[in-house]
Amino acid sequence: MKIEILNGKRLACPADNAKDMSTQWIDFERIEIQNGMIKSINQSNPAFKADISIDGTGCYILPGLIDLNVSLREPGYTAKGSIYSETKAAAAGGVTTLCCTPETKPINDSKAVSKLIEELAQEAANCEVLPLGALTQGLEGEQLSEYASLKNAHCIALSNGYHPIKNLAISKRCFEYAKTHNLSVFINAIEASLHQGVMHEDEISTTIGLQGIPDLAETVAVSQLIKLAEATGVHLHLSQLSTADAVAQVKVAKERGLRITADVAIQNLLYTDEKVANFSSVFHCMPPLRSEADRLALLEGVKTRVISAITSAHQPHEAAAKQMPFAETEAGMSSIEFLLPMAMKLEREHDLLLTDFISAMTQGAAEVLNIALPQIAVGQKANLCIFDPSTSYVLERENIQSTGKNTPLVGQTLTGCVKTTIFEGRVSYSS
Amino acid sequence: MQSSVQLTASGKLKHFLTVSGLSKELLTEILDTADSLIEVGERNIKKVPLLRGKTVVNLFFEASTRTRSTFELAAKRLSADVLNININTSATSKGESLSDMLKNLEAMASDMFVVRHAQSGASHFIAESVTPGVAIVNAGDGWHAHPTQAMLDMLTIRQNKGQFEGLKVAIIGDILHSRVARSQIRALNTLGVDEVRVIAPNTLLPKHVESLGVSVFNDINAGLKDIDVIIMLRLQRERMQGALLPSEGEYYQLFGLTRDRLKLAKPDAIVMHPGPINRGVEIESEVADGEQSVILDQVTNGIAVRMAVMSMAMSGQTEEQNILNEKRANESEAIS
Repeated sequence: MKIEILNGKRLACPADNAKDMSTQWIDFERIEIQNGMIKSINQSNPAFKADISIDGTGCYILPGLIDLNVSLREPGYTAKGSIYSETKAAAAGGVTTLCCTPETKPINDSKAVSKLIEELAQEAANCEVLPLGALTQGLEGEQLSEYASLKNAHCIALSNGYHPIKNLAISKRCFEYAKTHNLSVFINAIEASLHQGVMHEDEISTTIGLQGIPDLAETVAVSQLIKLAEATGVHLHLSQLSTADAVAQVKVAKERGLRITADVAIQNLLYTDEKVANFSSVFHCMPPLRSEADRLALLEGVKTRVISAITSAHQPHEAAAKQMPFAETEAGMSSIEFLLPMAMKLEREHDLLLTDFISAMTQGAAEVLNIALPQIAVGQKANLCIFDPSTSYVLERENIQSTGKNTPLVGQTLTGCVKTTIFEGRVSYSS
Repeated sequence: MQSSVQLTASGKLKHFLTVSGLSKELLTEILDTADSLIEVGERNIKKVPLLRGKTVVNLFFEASTRTRSTFELAAKRLSADVLNININTSATSKGESLSDMLKNLEAMASDMFVVRHAQSGASHFIAESVTPGVAIVNAGDGWHAHPTQAMLDMLTIRQNKGQFEGLKVAIIGDILHSRVARSQIRALNTLGVDEVRVIAPNTLLPKHVESLGVSVFNDINAGLKDIDVIIMLRLQRERMQGALLPSEGEYYQLFGLTRDRLKLAKPDAIVMHPGPINRGVEIESEVADGEQSVILDQVTNGIAVRMAVMSMAMSGQTEEQNILNEKRANESEAIS
């Protein structure tokens, strides 16, 4: 398939001698795509007859986003979503590469499950899916999974999700064995014994009488994990940090030269625990939405690149999962489709530049995964997102691609619309 | 912040979920209405027709004797038909969701649900999901709120002290897990008392408890000084597990209300307790039964307060439905 994109602005990249994903937008007249690759930029080849011509006027062309933490829900939880539906939603969000969590049924602790996910993802062909293998068998926190088999089945890293590891000795062995196989560990830092509540512990939890999760549940775990990573030499990636203190600890660890990275869920950059004051279950998230001070520290962490990446932490749910008293509802938000409109809101209201957001979801995420930096340059893989930053529209429930409609954005006016997503030289989404 | 769902457009009560967000005027109206209904209980024929023809469903997901029976009596004295449903939580976990159960009960043309549930926010959830026109009264949800208990306590305080201005009130015990304390603190501050103190060990205090508008005391002897109203909270036995307290004995020694300690408060201080009482755990028997105790008045007042909020919420719903019907009639007239 041959695609041409005409007249837009593209993000400068190292191939343009920009020192990294820059804040610079460069005007272009045409980009030609053929055989899955970017064939030429600003060269008119009379022989090139495009099958699809995309008008990029007024649009930004960016590398396809990389999302480090997505629940695809398949196998096992197809009432909430399927690999097809959620990768389709990812494409609608401008994502071309994603890591899927091992919390499926059966759990992805084996080659067979990894292969199944890979096959279904290839069949869907909406984006590249890189599975996270289970750090422990059955995510039970007791026995090592077969890391060599998981790696062989293309698992990009290991994770235990929110399931606790039984004790520090087991964590240490997991890290040692992961290091043996040169696999990164993606850890949601929680000290299980302190992690008993359903929202951030603070004035609002005190007022409305919901059991709170103290900052300590995360911060104590982060300090232990950093020590373990240092001792074992493993690449520790801290998934979805939520507290200011954790950001400060990561900063110190990085300054000491440790191979430690971190990401943050976009909802923790946008919202605080105030959203829960009316028991609104759509804001029941994990990690919990925390205080304004935490939110500002997380934003600062992204700006200063202490936090390498932003993730959707996409968690689609069926309606019934959210229609109960707050504590009985399931945590998580359906967010992957709205990454860019949410980023526009961050830029408007919270001073995070769109280019910083894009950098965190391309270069930053690629560095965490240790994969090639996505660039808009001749000879590069054609994974692109064509984004119209100025269109505004009201989000209707029935226009959501994901099976999970659990987003607070329904009925809201969003600014910014993914026009087309190109994955490996083909259109994976078109609005 | 949490008030909008329980008020009509004109600011009248249509559900009663929490004291939070309600004005001093509205709380006073509840107390005045309750005052006027107290005499119904003293009549030979203890009935008024305020809820005649209405069906009230007592939906109790947690065991309760006192609260459920006072709600039942209150509804009957208002001439409503009453259906009592006791559901232990294990029964709901067998399959039927709360939403489905509510739909079924609504299909029986219920006009009001009185709900007690172990989860904070359960009555909010129900109020947001029921058909318009059905009133929800919160009879206690998790650690969040127990607004009728708080209002009957306010009525008892007003009967004994005449007013709220200038009063110093101490709440003693397990604040962390107490919906009663949360509602009382809110009501006392809204009604304008001089000071609310909480007296407890740190393990039984929620984080930033002072943000609720209280001063914090770990020492009961210091905390009782100059106090007009003492509210004791029930100590649940399970608090000994999970390292919240070492033993009932040490708790009683440090926080139990004894005759000697009572002398530290003002001589005319009243002693309250939402019940059921653990004699010898949080309160000495002689104090519970003593002259300064108003614990049984609280129970009597409970019926009047519940009659008041049930009739007020029902009339708020009726008013809202009438406005809605009128609007619809006007619209269809405009069309034809």
